[in-house]
Amino acid sequence: MSMTVLTVDDSRTMREMLRLALADAGFRVVQAEDGIHGLEVLQAEAPQVIVTDINMPRMDGFGFIEEVRGDQRYRGIPILVLTTESDAEKKNRARMAGATGWIVKPFNPIKLVDAIRRVAA
Amino acid sequence: MDALAAIRDVFFQECEEQLAELESGLLAMEGGDTDPETINAVFRAVHSIKGGAGAFSLEALIRFAHVFETALDEMRSGRLAASSDVLKIMLRAADVLADLVRAARADEDGQHPHAATLADELKAMSGQAGDSDETEEDWGDFEFQPMAAAMDAPEAAPAGPTGFKVTFKPRTDLYAKANEAALLLRELARVGTTEVELDAHDVPPLHEMDPEAAYLSWIITVTGDADEASIREVFEWVDGDCELTIEPIGGEAAGEDAGEAAFDLSALLARVQGDAPAEAAPEPEAPVAFEPIAEAPIAAPTPVVAAAPAPVTPPAAANEASADGPAGAGQRKSDAAAAGATIRVDLDRVDRLIDLVGELVINQAVLAQRVMEAGLARASAVAMGLDELEQLTREIQDSVMAIRAQPVKSVFQRMPRLVREVAAMTGKPVRLVTEGEGTEVDKTVIERLADPLTHMIRNAIDHGLESPEKRAAAGKPAEGVVRLSAAHRSGRIVIEVADDGGGINRERVKSIAIEKGLIGAEAALSDEEIDNLIFMPGFSTASEVSDISGRGVGMDVVRRSIQALGGRITITSRPGKGSTFTMSLPLTLAVLDGMVVSVEGQTLVAPITAIIETLQPKAEDVHSLGGHARVISIRGGFVPLIDVGMALGYRREPLPATQGVALLIEGEGGSRAALLCDAIQGQRQVVIKSLEANYRQVPGVAAATILGDGRVALILDIDTIVTVSRGDMRKAG
Repeated sequence: MSMTVLTVDDSRTMREMLRLALADAGFRVVQAEDGIHGLEVLQAEAPQVIVTDINMPRMDGFGFIEEVRGDQRYRGIPILVLTTESDAEKKNRARMAGATGWIVKPFNPIKLVDAIRRVAA
Repeated sequence: MDALAAIRDVFFQECEEQLAELESGLLAMEGGDTDPETINAVFRAVHSIKGGAGAFSLEALIRFAHVFETALDEMRSGRLAASSDVLKIMLRAADVLADLVRAARADEDGQHPHAATLADELKAMSGQAGDSDETEEDWGDFEFQPMAAAMDAPEAAPAGPTGFKVTFKPRTDLYAKANEAALLLRELARVGTTEVELDAHDVPPLHEMDPEAAYLSWIITVTGDADEASIREVFEWVDGDCELTIEPIGGEAAGEDAGEAAFDLSALLARVQGDAPAEAAPEPEAPVAFEPIAEAPIAAPTPVVAAAPAPVTPPAAANEASADGPAGAGQRKSDAAAAGATIRVDLDRVDRLIDLVGELVINQAVLAQRVMEAGLARASAVAMGLDELEQLTREIQDSVMAIRAQPVKSVFQRMPRLVREVAAMTGKPVRLVTEGEGTEVDKTVIERLADPLTHMIRNAIDHGLESPEKRAAAGKPAEGVVRLSAAHRSGRIVIEVADDGGGINRERVKSIAIEKGLIGAEAALSDEEIDNLIFMPGFSTASEVSDISGRGVGMDVVRRSIQALGGRITITSRPGKGSTFTMSLPLTLAVLDGMVVSVEGQTLVAPITAIIETLQPKAEDVHSLGGHARVISIRGGFVPLIDVGMALGYRREPLPATQGVALLIEGEGGSRAALLCDAIQGQRQVVIKSLEANYRQVPGVAAATILGDGRVALILDIDTIVTVSRGDMRKAG
């Protein structure tokens, strides 16, 4: 069965870009619009990898990562942070929250897929 | 359309939404909103536009959005105060951003006359590098190679030594972030040829072992093409969560200092099997460490693992263990929805559904009539079932109509920019207040509202509001207020455009109307009638046309477009206090409130919105003008009396006025007429069926409908009937 990747991003454009890149690589893609929605989809879809944006309404990426890491059921899921923020502070906050790795937008689809394969067992 | 083009469309749709969000957020802040979520939303809007633009390499858009975003970030972090001046610049920047988005959409990503100026203003106020040299550098830093920039990969270092000795000791944190030592080793094996040596010295006896702690470390010799940078890149994400050293080594064979890290796996396994229940397996976060070794033939005493291409296969057992929770959850996934609380549906499909529901409503009415005619008792099971069916049909109809309904916000949100522009052109400070943006109405109504509303707002500022000096003299605040509101009232939507200006100058309006020959010199008009003269065709004059409200469009055109939507527009004005335009529009164009009348055995429907009153003509009020032309006197004024039967060709001789009933109607441009019919059957909501789509266009007929008895009834095109009859009348006269 193909690997399921959850993408969390408030931008429809980004979600579609991710879907295109990931579906092309043979992943099953499930999507969420913000952190809270992400937690709902996480429970329903059991993804093997999560790719999340940082700047989102309701619950941002930091909050989302903390929630995932704080949940015994999901803490082992690799989370890649996908954001245009390339500054060290954001990256550090995401890492403190428990992000596995990060990718800077605009992303190269090949490298994105590569990164996902890299963190997924 | 290929997938990328489709995403591009999505991007631009989304941009529109974000631009609206941006503007309303900035306006809210200008109005004193200090909620941090507001500035966050504003920031996100620009941030998202920039992100998407990056993916499509829209350079001009990216650059401007970047400067804008940086300024907003300063504001968000409190380093830049959200003063009124700052917000004004931000609003203008939002306008420029909107222009850039539209240009990019039209494949004209490029220069904007004000982009550079505003970018400089934004930079100046947010302390971004200002002078042009630095600017270039600034933007150069912000390398937006589409689809190219990636994972912060450091630049490749020039090739040097023949190999590297990497010591890697993960900390507990590394596993807590779902990184896996095994995967890093696998990744490293892609960079070069690796020999992996496990150091298990720190593994404590099982009873002392913390299942979440990290005890293992590795010494990896990397040879081949690998350079230090690419090795570091492998560990980039775990930097800080492990102890990592990378030492270059000469061309010598690797792993010479191996041999000390003896790790007796079989002994450990024996201990595990011997005295630990299954769930007490050590290091559940990092069981990967054991697996490769167990799989490799070189188990216990051999310390060096020959590790060419992919020595560290991801262990299935570990995968299952860590994925236990989600896998369990996965079984429940079928009944939970995936993503998205909304779906996008092709409008044609919705319209098809609306059509079908229209048919259903008609069929239901036909059926009900048949049942009644069959003489079934009201309390019979069939009649009661029909009642329920009727109820359900109505609910379905309402729900389907609601699909086409949209909040007026989409048109309201275009107005702030218009107000800013007109305010700048006229030099009048203006504040726009909007209310009821969430009020919903049919999509087509919304689309066709934009032009009349634009015109009315322009008009309100240009003609309605006085100059700041006059306002000061009248004791009013310098800033004029234009209020745009929407509300649902008795099954219709009422939209008002109000200004707090000087009100209609009735003397002037009257003299213009006399001058234009619209009214007689000695006509005695009420204030209300004078105010409504501005809707007369030909009232708007060249001398009055200014750059702003002019453009050759008068209020008569506004009235006509509102009437074309089945709506009405009126004005009320109070001298010195301002004017209010009130538009009342139907919520949908699919059904119509009609007055059902009979003419020569035919059933016809007149739109209720056009009817002012119905009356029984008295012989003494009707005057013949010769031929078949007649007028009827209503409260001292004369209006043409038009026999609908004659106008549509149902009869050759006019019906004696006293035998019929007249509908006093107001047509295009406010002209009045009385339509003579044989009898009124009643008022009814009818489903509009296009005549053109099913037959062809017929003068005097706007559309058709199907009544409960199954007969087709024509819906009158009142304006055409009046115009045609007028022409006939002139010929006759």
